[in-house]
Amino acid sequence: MYGWLQATLILAVVVGLHVPLGDYMARALDGGPHKRAERVLYKVCGIDPDSEQDWRHYLFALLAFSLAGIAALFALFTLQAKLPWSTGHAGMPWRLALHTAVSFTTNTSWQNYAGESTTGHLAVMAGLGVQAFASAAVGICAALALVRGLVRRDTDRLGNFWVDLIRTLFRIMVPLSIVFGIVLIALGVPQNLDSAHTATTIAGGQQTLLGGPVGSWEPIKLMSGDGGGIFNASSAHPFENPSAYTNAIEIVLMLLIPTAFIRTYGRMIGSLRQGWTLLAVVGILFGLLLAVGSIAQSAHNGTVTQAVGGQYEGTETRVGIPGSTLFGVAATGSADGAANASYDSFSSIGGGVLLSAMMLGEIAPGGTGSGLYGLIVAVMIAVFIGGLMVGRTPEYLRKRIGFPEMRYVVLYALVAPTAILGCSAIAVALGEGQSSMGNPGPHGLTELVYAYTSNVQSNGSAMAGFNGATDFHNLLMTAAMLIGRYVPMVFLLALAGRLARQQPGVVTVGTLQARGVNFVALATGAALILALLNFLPALSLGPLAEGLL
Amino acid sequence: MNLLSRMPSWVGHHVAAIRVVIVLTLVLGLAYPLAMTAIAQIPGLHDNAHGSRIAGGGSKLIGQSFLDKKGNPIPSYFQPRPSDAGTGYDASASAAGNLGPESTVDVLPVKGQPDSGKQSLLTQVCSRSKAVGELEHVDGSRPYCTADGVGAVLGVFRDGGTTGKATRVVSLDQACPAKPFLATYEGVTVECAKPGADYSKALVTPIRGDAPAHPKVPADAVTASASGLDPQISPAYAELQTPRIAHARGMSETAVRKLIDRYTSGRGLGILGEPAVNVVELNAALDRTQPVKGA
Repeated sequence: MYGWLQATLILAVVVGLHVPLGDYMARALDGGPHKRAERVLYKVCGIDPDSEQDWRHYLFALLAFSLAGIAALFALFTLQAKLPWSTGHAGMPWRLALHTAVSFTTNTSWQNYAGESTTGHLAVMAGLGVQAFASAAVGICAALALVRGLVRRDTDRLGNFWVDLIRTLFRIMVPLSIVFGIVLIALGVPQNLDSAHTATTIAGGQQTLLGGPVGSWEPIKLMSGDGGGIFNASSAHPFENPSAYTNAIEIVLMLLIPTAFIRTYGRMIGSLRQGWTLLAVVGILFGLLLAVGSIAQSAHNGTVTQAVGGQYEGTETRVGIPGSTLFGVAATGSADGAANASYDSFSSIGGGVLLSAMMLGEIAPGGTGSGLYGLIVAVMIAVFIGGLMVGRTPEYLRKRIGFPEMRYVVLYALVAPTAILGCSAIAVALGEGQSSMGNPGPHGLTELVYAYTSNVQSNGSAMAGFNGATDFHNLLMTAAMLIGRYVPMVFLLALAGRLARQQPGVVTVGTLQARGVNFVALATGAALILALLNFLPALSLGPLAEGLL
Repeated sequence: MNLLSRMPSWVGHHVAAIRVVIVLTLVLGLAYPLAMTAIAQIPGLHDNAHGSRIAGGGSKLIGQSFLDKKGNPIPSYFQPRPSDAGTGYDASASAAGNLGPESTVDVLPVKGQPDSGKQSLLTQVCSRSKAVGELEHVDGSRPYCTADGVGAVLGVFRDGGTTGKATRVVSLDQACPAKPFLATYEGVTVECAKPGADYSKALVTPIRGDAPAHPKVPADAVTASASGLDPQISPAYAELQTPRIAHARGMSETAVRKLIDRYTSGRGLGILGEPAVNVVELNAALDRTQPVKGA
């Protein structure tokens, strides 16, 4: 009962905030004059902010920026011991440093290490922190390019990557981070650069308390779709999430930008109604996941759950089971991947729901930017299928979705399932999957599939019993993250380039309108069926087998 | 014209990329967190920013152990939840147990190597429930638990593999020479488990037993939190511990309950989260107001 009220309140806040924020983002991101400080930045970086790029140059710039980010993080992590503020931590071994650099640059933030014993303050601030901002902005950039492809006609120009990047960072991410950072600190989150100090406990024992720039990290970790923790337990750690209030705010932050960006999309294409249509699809998918997850989490079906009397293992008292379930669905429905509970100890079906949310392609509401472009791809598939059903050339926003366009759409849609199932299969075939499992039987397989789904889909949440900290998994996961993040962007930008060159068609009575109840049902169905076709066998062997047998 | 336009575009992108990364590292990686640290020094934020320290020692946000040198609970303190952080409430090693809802079969330690085993989540729950029951003088029994505090799980060998007649039955979590919790199962005598033996062919069959569905020992007392640093317990677990605290400190139960109320946080806005009792603050307040005599 309280759980549903809590979820209703939090989701209402998200929907309420998404309108003004989405409108602001549309004004701030697309067009308009440069600010003076931005001009200085462009000049320092040697960028001409007034020249636009075609899809190839937009992609090159995006990839070059990501590559530079990976290199910077790799250097920072391996050389950590020689730099200031290392708080006594050694440099990372190269495979772990590579994995971690790629992980944060791709907006995944899967961590094959415990923060407490690995990363010092500088690595957190100047390493993870920078890419938490930047990787989210890169997702927004890719989505902006796609939207411009849909809106513009008869051009090959999709905007300027550098301008999109800088504006996303300094007009949206930074102001929101400062505001919410102060709010979180006021609610108990620490913000200091202290090194570890030993305290005498009340009972006369010793306890090592850690410091860290948690308050500046937390808002961007949640808003960006990053999700990695300063501490091993991430948002379950009382320093990262000290109360029921901070828990609610953190859930709002995870959903905020992806949801607002749908509104921005509506503004940019000049059809707020299309924005609401997409939001309806997101709402239905999120509602389904939350409903199934919540019922599974309270249904007490597991042996241990029955022995305990509820799904209490691995949840924090202040948050409670409903608060953990909502957080989990929000973290996997968006691409955030933070955790305020042990997802490994969720009920079998509850854990399966989190896995399904990622397998759905993270479109409910998805990552920053990546959620919107995933949604648009799902809509295009729905438009195409719907067009075939009524026997007309499929169109979306007066752009033809013909064979060449669908080729890119299908290629985009195939990357994630192929990479997830392929990587999982390789890990099992080579025996490296089994030796890393922390639980026996079907649950072990769930852990493995969860790990590779999370890595390919840039989520970063984990069933943490799975040991990814081996040379094999560090390297295979690195490949999985690079493929899962950048290959779809290649197809996406190619698609955007193609769409931008089209002349808009004429709307006739026979054109399938991408709105209304029928279309929402069609798009939701298309997204669900596509995910089910790809992943039902894997889900049957993992969470379904464990939960139903 | 700037430098970029005179270079091949792919080189230009890389040069710009490196510059942007350097600028972002300075602005977002240093200026932003340092500015936030500076802002956090203002009164009202300062104490939070430095980890919500409390006078008695430690932080009110981070749970602590209240065990004696031998690892037994100190009777005059409220006990927190079990912890998987390091050896227990190690604030430099937050961690969850990460075992799933069907983690029921123990790896029993081989003789002479006590560290070679691995307890299932079920056995952890059962043994904690038994220990808490003994400490608080209530019934510690739970469904799927044996009276000796391990998982009540049978390994059943059947003549048809997964179907057919039971041919051999082992109580998987009860190491020999323990007496199995059931004498017979489907007419077959139940054996105790030999450490190191291979029972992988047996069908794992948990046995519910006749323990009440709502055990006397609350759920949070037998389960670890996700961080291993949860400073709070449920009001039910605090209530269960009240008579012991009152007795150990020579105070009335009413006085103890009054203190519990003071350190209980209700649901935020009436609906967010769960009611919880902060054990760290509560124990510090006990030491302040009603120190144990002779301590």
